[in-house]
Amino acid sequence: MKLEATTFRKAVREMDKSMLIRIGYKIKKFLLGKQGNDGIIFKLVVYGLLISIGFVYVYPILFMISQSFKSLDDLLDPTVQWLPKSLHMDNFFKAWVVLDFMKSFGASLLNSVLPALAQTISCALVGYGFAKFAFPGKNVMFALILMTFIIPVQVVMIPLFLLFQQYGMLGSPLPFVIPALFAGGIKSALFILIYTQFFRTIPKSLEESAQLDGAGALKTFFRIILPISVPAIVVVFLFSLVWHWNETYTTSLYLGDSMSTLPVMLQQFDLSFSQNYSSSQVSGQKVNINESIKLAGTVLIILPLLILYLFAQKWFVEVVDKTGITGE
Amino acid sequence: MRNFFAKRREMMTGYMFVSPWLIGFLLFMAWPIYFSLNLSFHKVIISSEGIKKTWLGWDNFKYAFLSDPKYLEELLTFIKSVIFMIPIIIVFAMLVALLINQPIRMKGFFRAIFFLPVVITSGQVVKELFAQGAAAAPIVERYGIVQYIQTNMDPSWGEPLLNIINQLIVILWYSGVQILIFLAGLQKVNTQIYEAASIDGASPWEIFWKITLPSIKPFILVNIIYTTVDLFTNSLNDVIELIKVHMFQIDTGFGYATSLAWIYFTVIFVLLLIVVAIFGRNDDYNPRQAGR
Repeated sequence: MKLEATTFRKAVREMDKSMLIRIGYKIKKFLLGKQGNDGIIFKLVVYGLLISIGFVYVYPILFMISQSFKSLDDLLDPTVQWLPKSLHMDNFFKAWVVLDFMKSFGASLLNSVLPALAQTISCALVGYGFAKFAFPGKNVMFALILMTFIIPVQVVMIPLFLLFQQYGMLGSPLPFVIPALFAGGIKSALFILIYTQFFRTIPKSLEESAQLDGAGALKTFFRIILPISVPAIVVVFLFSLVWHWNETYTTSLYLGDSMSTLPVMLQQFDLSFSQNYSSSQVSGQKVNINESIKLAGTVLIILPLLILYLFAQKWFVEVVDKTGITGE
Repeated sequence: MRNFFAKRREMMTGYMFVSPWLIGFLLFMAWPIYFSLNLSFHKVIISSEGIKKTWLGWDNFKYAFLSDPKYLEELLTFIKSVIFMIPIIIVFAMLVALLINQPIRMKGFFRAIFFLPVVITSGQVVKELFAQGAAAAPIVERYGIVQYIQTNMDPSWGEPLLNIINQLIVILWYSGVQILIFLAGLQKVNTQIYEAASIDGASPWEIFWKITLPSIKPFILVNIIYTTVDLFTNSLNDVIELIKVHMFQIDTGFGYATSLAWIYFTVIFVLLLIVVAIFGRNDDYNPRQAGR
């Protein structure tokens, strides 16, 4: 009897031990994972890092939005950090007036949508030419395109300024639209590259069959190739739009005083603020510029882009996947 | 014979498609380049009768290097800060790309977050954020890093570094495109290699250094080039602002401004050459090709 009991106990102990080892292994697997990157600790670290870095990353935007709603009292009150005591919309009304929002918004639209459309079409044509046809001088031309990517606009800006002046195009969107029509303008090298890489992935047989059916090269391009290239087209259009929208350096040069886009208006914010509000001192209440009003103006400027990003975010982010910009 | 005609036809069609670019290049690139090179050797006065040019030889360039009180200093400061910024941006972009590439939920959300600044970073908005102090990372001030740099570093290098620390977040904002490029690179690495390595007992740390890093090496080069060009051509820096100021100054004018622009371009070009010389060598073992 006694012997049986000891063997039984021994067996139990054995079992406990192996159970413990198995549980231990399971815990280890749970915490550290099988391959080193699927355990819970690793996951926690990854999420922790992503969330904290992500927060720091959008911190300036959050700061800007929170700040723009603050009244002067909130701004001076050290206990108010993130959430203003009241949503002070007044900043936005003032910034709206100072920016002359509707007018500059129109100017911004004009100076970004038109060049973006022109660039989207012309760069598609050129990209297709480079992707699908063999002709002498192709490599030289392609090298030249890459060259134009690294030439800063300052080098060619002055001759172009004189050229546009000569033809009376300053002060209109033409200095942006016309180069864009000829596959030039802001970052066009990048767009040609995107299109070239994208068109290369389209199988040659598609065009061949279209040609057998009697379609010419142009017809093939517009009827067959473009409809299946929507991803590349959308990506190029969005980026062209955003980059033209954000451009201030050449915009203020070419447009001068006759038209001001939103970012240019932000540049002159202090000046136009005093012009708009210095007269109101007469009526007894003094309006001082403060950072909240300025940040409200900044929010107003990036708001259209934020809304666009909200809806088209998928396209912006998939630029590399969809168009294979990195090449192989 | 038929083949010859077919080839000729293809050639002509090719030229037809690229002709817009060719015309645009000649009109809005080649001619302006020639013209501005020409201007940079002249004193240019623009009056109602037209452009008056006086030949100066190398005087504009000499003036820029020897007498201009600001240009060279601004340029050097900017180059120094770029030298700090590039590694920061590249390492950060790689870190974020590695994190997002892990099997996690809400991948799309995180990608969207990290790409967001690409859409809104116009020079003006960024300047505004700098001015309001929104760009400084809140953690940095606390640990005495600033004092450490001030006491231990030569001010000619310490100043640009401090500037960068003060603007750290917004500098990181310039890594959106780079993150996507790294992600694309990471996704193209054959996953079987990772599995094989971990079966052989390699730790994630070893896998990163021996497999991941070598296989995304080409993308590092692409990213460094992109970052350099991006930093030099955005309107964040004072050098190009200075060029614009000189354009409309009567005593310097367009001629001097163009020579400043040419010096600027030469600097970018030399920097890119150095980058390609250092990172462009392709003598390493590449597991991505070996895996195929």
